[in-house]
Amino acid sequence: MEGVIALYIVMLAAFTGYEVIARVPVILHTPLMSGSNFVHGIVLVGAMVALGRADTLLEQVIGFLGVVLGAGNAVGGYVVTERMLEMFRSSGQKKKPKEAA
Amino acid sequence: MAGLLPDNVATLLIDASYLLVAFLFIMGLKAMSSPVTARRGIVVAGVGMLIGTVMSFLYPGMGNFALMLLAIAIGGGLAWWSGKRVAMTDMPQMIALYNGMGGGAAAAIAAVELFRMVSTQAETAAAHRPVVTALAAAGAFIGAVSFSGSLIAFGKLQGLIKRSFRFKGQQVVNLLIVAATLAIGASLVVAGYPTMQTIVLFFALALLLGVTMTLPIGGADMPVVISLYNAFTGLAVAFEGFVLENTAMIIAGIVVGSAGTLLTQLMAKAMNRSLGNVLFSGFGETEVAAGGDVKGALKPIEPSDAGVMMAFAQKVIVIPGYGMAVAQAQHKVWELCQLLIDKGVMVRFAIHPVAGRMPGHMNVLLAEAGVPYDLISDLDEINAEFETADVALVIGANDVVNPIARTDKGSPIYGMPILNADKARNVLVIKRGQGAGFSGIENHLFYLDNTRMVYGDAQKVAAELIHGVKAAG
Repeated sequence: MEGVIALYIVMLAAFTGYEVIARVPVILHTPLMSGSNFVHGIVLVGAMVALGRADTLLEQVIGFLGVVLGAGNAVGGYVVTERMLEMFRSSGQKKKPKEAA
Repeated sequence: MAGLLPDNVATLLIDASYLLVAFLFIMGLKAMSSPVTARRGIVVAGVGMLIGTVMSFLYPGMGNFALMLLAIAIGGGLAWWSGKRVAMTDMPQMIALYNGMGGGAAAAIAAVELFRMVSTQAETAAAHRPVVTALAAAGAFIGAVSFSGSLIAFGKLQGLIKRSFRFKGQQVVNLLIVAATLAIGASLVVAGYPTMQTIVLFFALALLLGVTMTLPIGGADMPVVISLYNAFTGLAVAFEGFVLENTAMIIAGIVVGSAGTLLTQLMAKAMNRSLGNVLFSGFGETEVAAGGDVKGALKPIEPSDAGVMMAFAQKVIVIPGYGMAVAQAQHKVWELCQLLIDKGVMVRFAIHPVAGRMPGHMNVLLAEAGVPYDLISDLDEINAEFETADVALVIGANDVVNPIARTDKGSPIYGMPILNADKARNVLVIKRGQGAGFSGIENHLFYLDNTRMVYGDAQKVAAELIHGVKAAG
């Protein structure tokens, strides 16, 4: 990838991240931290590529660990964020029965 | 080994899918920043993750597919199992754990890339670009620190590591480790091709730094640290994204890095702490138990009388603290509040930014009990309303309602924004016993003329208050 284009991507992504979070209410800090924790779980695809191209045993072992950890980040991040956000309701919705345990 | 599709087709499909992944992630995060759309947000981001993962199997020239599937099953399975089981009170440490795994994955990617440079140096040393090595090493450094640091944070909040390890000159030692790690990292880049020993030493030092950086930090400051490591992992992922030329990783990593940095600042600000303070001072676990002069006496009240007091109030403001969550009293408290609402009492919940274990944690705990979020107000919204409240009901909260923070310059909590419970006409405090709170500071609110103490387990007391309110007719 061209270095300059990569820098453009970085700059725009940094502003996007900042703007998206800028006006978040305190009540969502914990779920949002958990949600952004899930988003960097995309490291899983990088770990898959690293394992997929690994040749020596050492590379395979570390790549395998990387995929285990990356999958843990992605799946765990999703499950706990979803569980937290599922519980947020306004008083208009309070009679709604709980869908999932 | 050839991929499943012709190389150019596969690459095109992967590029297109990563564009979609980046779009879905940003849309998801955007939706997650409002309570109305938050639930939809995580699902949108989840769809993005699924697409990205499935499409990545198409990468040209990959092998080891059986290992890959096995690793995904193990990591994903364990995380799914633990994430479904964990109690809401333990959420902060689980976030730390999953975040640490992400940092570890980024470090592992860097390790594979660096080790490959060792094994293929003969052919590629000349063609090898120092920028790529530098980025791989930077990502490895940050990722490894985030990995070991997050594990320590998890251990501390989970109660596995009980004490804080501090010694004189700790900052100097940390600084030396940073300097040594950076020097080795620089030598990897300058040398053009790394050797096995330097890589291993590099990772060992980075992992050690995460441990020594996190161990001295007290439990109260841990949320800020977890949030900081979250931003770290984002950056590490982005750096490894450069190494692998993977746009989805670059965009997601940088977005999380920048959003996470902002979130860390917001949290530190809400707790009235600066980031430097958190990392380098080691308050959070108290050394001082300043008392100050306390006038008056603690005046107990029977739960039944307290129930009557609330039943005939017009406006009740509930101030929950972590003590309520520990006693698992939030369901009973909400039952009590519903009863009051049915009687025509106006009920509000006042949440201090540090209620619970991290900003927003108490909201999650109340949401779990079924409290609608529009009854919940934060400090700025509610503080003016205490003067018109008949009863302020403090449950398991202590320092966040201590008026000493406004008046006593010598107090460790001086200057911390507090909830003005003392301005309410009556104050009811539910408390386990007569001891001082988390910080060890005597609470002057408890001694005011209009304050009454209800002693006992929060859950039991809430049940007795319900009886009291019902008996009042």
